[in-house]
Amino acid sequence: MKIIIIAISILAFSLQGCKDSKDSTAIVTQDKPISDLSIYNLPSQWTNQDGKNIELKSLKGNVLVMVMIYTTCKAACPRLVADMRNIESRLNKNNKKNVKLILVSIDPETDTPEKLKAFAIANKMENDPWLFLRSTEENTREFAAVLAVNYKKISPVEFSHSNIISVFNPDGELIYQQEGLGVNNDKTVDRINMEAEKIK
Amino acid sequence: MQKSFFIIILFLAHIGMIRAQESKMVPIKEGSFVPLYGATVKNPIVVKPFFIDVYPVTNREFLSFLKKNPSYNKSKIKAIYADKSYLSYWKTDFDFGSANPKAPVTNVSWFAARKYCECQEKRLPTMDEWEYVAMADEKKIDARTKSEFNKYILSWYEKSKTYENSIGGTFKNYWGVYDMHGLVWEWTADFNSIFLSGESRKDKSEDKNLFCGGASVNATDLMDYAAFMRYAFRGSLKAQYSTRNLGFRCASTKKQ
Repeated sequence: MKIIIIAISILAFSLQGCKDSKDSTAIVTQDKPISDLSIYNLPSQWTNQDGKNIELKSLKGNVLVMVMIYTTCKAACPRLVADMRNIESRLNKNNKKNVKLILVSIDPETDTPEKLKAFAIANKMENDPWLFLRSTEENTREFAAVLAVNYKKISPVEFSHSNIISVFNPDGELIYQQEGLGVNNDKTVDRINMEAEKIK
Repeated sequence: MQKSFFIIILFLAHIGMIRAQESKMVPIKEGSFVPLYGATVKNPIVVKPFFIDVYPVTNREFLSFLKKNPSYNKSKIKAIYADKSYLSYWKTDFDFGSANPKAPVTNVSWFAARKYCECQEKRLPTMDEWEYVAMADEKKIDARTKSEFNKYILSWYEKSKTYENSIGGTFKNYWGVYDMHGLVWEWTADFNSIFLSGESRKDKSEDKNLFCGGASVNATDLMDYAAFMRYAFRGSLKAQYSTRNLGFRCASTKKQ
């Protein structure tokens, strides 16, 4: 009899699986709930160039300008970084405090916080509004999927990756993407300024 | 009293058996191969030992996942995780309608597929793992040069609505895995690592400009048109997309 009960409970237990993880929106205490299209739905944890852990959600309320790169990249990334710097230089001074320019590593194995920090210093990007982020391979793959950025490691030191700069509104919704290298940044800059101006 | 217990046990054991059968995994031994596309170098890629589901995930299995994870229901899933075609053939949140319970679940986004595997303590196979398993026919680990094998795959691409068929109806390959070809296309963990010319949403002559690392199409075997189709299809996907002929199965690094 006992055995039967144990057997049932084991079977019943084995039929249970992973339960819905706690809805990430529930934790947020900000006035507005996170919209369905927001990147703040992503539960992933990130580390910045100072080795501090941050959640994407902590960036809520800012206009985000994001690009995915890796610091050892010789070909396209320097040009992408130049594009980002060009965008930064053209932001309205009054609203600049509402904008974060973020470089996300697609090579978290190599791009340790120390490496990111060194890269930031070398590129004069160590202060606000610049931010460098890295996470696990898994989270990075997911984040790229959200941004529709493709990338692949093609050798120990080289990646192929799409060159896309993405703009997010304060709710974390993707509002604009600029594709390609050395393209005209005008529209991107306009969208960022327009969006940043709305923030009180 | 004893009798009813016995019946319950039988019933649960039966469910257990069905589940065990459907989500069964087999080991894949370490090996190396030269993928047909997606690599810039022709060096063989080493695939570490892993485990893969014998069958794609079925409608029935996906339903039981949804019951435990209602936030992935078609009415509740967040737009960032799936587009509007998500589970479009399902009647309601918990009803796949007239669809075959043993047919592969399709119209699932990459996010949902990934979550499903995560909940089984598994993961999606990488593209290299998937291709490695998929190059086997009944007898050989690598049957890619066999014309019969390629003809079989290509003839499937011409058939319609194979997604309505039950799992396990195609051939059992060298590893004991079914339905790698002949049923549905499948998500892989790194589907978004494809670089074919034409991958880009801006398919222009300066396409090379778009990629750090340059042009990446090096077909090691142009004869394998079938593989080209798969890679091109993956290259056209976004993680929120879902289509009627795209399902998935899970893999695992460790034994379950």
